[in-house]
Amino acid sequence: MPKYKTGPLKCWNKAKELRQKYYEDYVSAPKSGALRIGGSAWAFSAVPEGLGDVRWLTGEPYGASCAFDRKFSLSCLEAAEKKGYARDLCAYMRNYWGSILIDQYAFGGGFPKPDFFWTSHICCSHAKWYQVAGELEGGTPCYAVDVSVGPYTQITPHGVAYVVGQLQDGIAWMEKLTKRRYDDARLIEAVITETEAMSLWAKICMLNRNVPAPLDEKTMYALYVFGVIMKHRPEVLALYRELHDEVKERVERGIAACANESKRLISDTQPPWGFLDVFRHMETYGAVSIGSLYTFGLAGMWDFPDGTMVPKATPRQLGQTPRTREEALEAIVRWTLCRPEYQHFYNPGLKTDLMMRIIRDWKVDGALLHYNRGCEGLSLGIAQNRMELAAAGVPVSVFEGNMGDEREFDHARTLERIDSFLETLGLRKVEV
Amino acid sequence: MLSCGIDVGARTVKVVVLENGRIRGRAIRVAGLQVEDDVAAALKEAAAGEVRTIVATGSGREAVKEARQRPTGITCAARGIHFLLPEARMVIDVGAEEGRAIQCEGGRALNFAVNEKCAAGAGTFIETMSRTLEIAVDGFGPLALQSTKLVPMNAQCAVFAESEVVSLIHEKTPKQDIARAVCDAMAGRIGSMCRRLAITPPVALVGGVAKNTAFVRALENDLKTDLTIPPDAEYVSAIGAALIAAEEH
Repeated sequence: MPKYKTGPLKCWNKAKELRQKYYEDYVSAPKSGALRIGGSAWAFSAVPEGLGDVRWLTGEPYGASCAFDRKFSLSCLEAAEKKGYARDLCAYMRNYWGSILIDQYAFGGGFPKPDFFWTSHICCSHAKWYQVAGELEGGTPCYAVDVSVGPYTQITPHGVAYVVGQLQDGIAWMEKLTKRRYDDARLIEAVITETEAMSLWAKICMLNRNVPAPLDEKTMYALYVFGVIMKHRPEVLALYRELHDEVKERVERGIAACANESKRLISDTQPPWGFLDVFRHMETYGAVSIGSLYTFGLAGMWDFPDGTMVPKATPRQLGQTPRTREEALEAIVRWTLCRPEYQHFYNPGLKTDLMMRIIRDWKVDGALLHYNRGCEGLSLGIAQNRMELAAAGVPVSVFEGNMGDEREFDHARTLERIDSFLETLGLRKVEV
Repeated sequence: MLSCGIDVGARTVKVVVLENGRIRGRAIRVAGLQVEDDVAAALKEAAAGEVRTIVATGSGREAVKEARQRPTGITCAARGIHFLLPEARMVIDVGAEEGRAIQCEGGRALNFAVNEKCAAGAGTFIETMSRTLEIAVDGFGPLALQSTKLVPMNAQCAVFAESEVVSLIHEKTPKQDIARAVCDAMAGRIGSMCRRLAITPPVALVGGVAKNTAFVRALENDLKTDLTIPPDAEYVSAIGAALIAAEEH
């Protein structure tokens, strides 16, 4: 007899269609006179919106999409290695480069080259990713923004001005490159939309404080991604409004993501995208992963009062709605530099602190950390996180893998390790 | 009333039968391709009477169709060591396929570490080296104990270590020194894994590799602590499984 009622999300198909459309729109952009832009999902994507109709292909989610199709991913990875790129580099980046090299798009057809790259340097790999991609494509122009101005606790006016200045220069660069006139009203609208959408995703995550959790992490992976790939777009804000209302209703009606929820876990950063079934496997023990710093803090924006975390107040809520280009750029810079997933590039201790806030407020029983050999940036400090969580009395286990290179993931042994961990939490597999 | 624990490992099948909290029978068989037949044969050898509940563990536990539960080796080793050595606070289990360290208390696993994707910390490593050195597995430990010379070995995996051993043989390095180098290298790997957890004495060593006296000495030196090897060291996980089976009655 299941402990809780459960059921599929009503807006699931709409989300799937929107994601498919995002990748197809990028291909068809030239037909409608739109520009194609490539770059990191961490980029200030609202800014190029001032150019008019633009379509994006963000590198990390695209790399994850490649990884999800293990056969296609292997072709990409082998092509990158054959070209001479080491296999211990960022796995997203190698999938992306390989996709260019074999001239195949994960969503069908040849690889669609962008008109230019607009990106941010958030780690060593990102600093070279689009330079190399541009070279492989025969010379795609690239504009990169340096965001290394410190953690959210130490953002200074001159740090903000430094990043805003780069965006101002970037707008001039885009105008010159595309010969398009920049529309500040579109920028302002995109900034407002982005802040509303990311705060709303945080609000959706808040609903997962409920026991039973209305969403599980595997489902969240398919939904958080909109707050990454097209966070500034009105269709995402509309989807998140619908999703929020539906998840709120699930809470009110006691509908669970996992019918036998007994223990609540969190993970930390990127999962092994080709092996998301590990999350369903945990549910056979009555364990549900209710999220992660990754799903909460990449697409969601938060304020951090008194050891907790709450959805970040938007410029509109604060009565600071931007009205000029300068105000819009400053608003989006201040907003973006507080992104939780930025913070452990500066100090793993900040990540532990944020995870502890989730563990306390979301009633979490244990943490499962991914020693992700495919991402130097976000793997840095995970061993420290493990020790700090354990010292705080949180049951914690690790598994080795790679977010985007299936050759570095041992499926059977990872499941065995997860089983052992869940048994130490007092759970037992439901034998069928 | 008989309850039975079956540990289907990579190399052997171990069966323990309990009656009223006491070991009534046990058997060990080499695990072949037809593991169901090996399980049936071991069960027949160990059990004189009708077994009421079976619990299976080990990497091949899914092969035991009659099992009421299939807990992991971590859980069963913690239960088993509590039965044999209640005072143990850490158990190091080195079998053919895997090495693992478990902090435990009262029969429960509190925390654990497992050797990574590599056989250099498992019994298969010693088996492979025995073949290369053309000596019996049982004689590997006693031979290594005769060594008076440290030979460094940088092996990162069992396959590459074999090449390294072949090189040492070509250099006319005495077999006992090579055997010791193998035990030291393996103890170094297991010791490193254990230190990811805190070393919490009393520490028990179980699993088939606990029979290798040179490895035991090397691991004690590496961990700087004494190791207690219980009787029935190979059967600890099967005992744990049998205890869980007894609770199912």
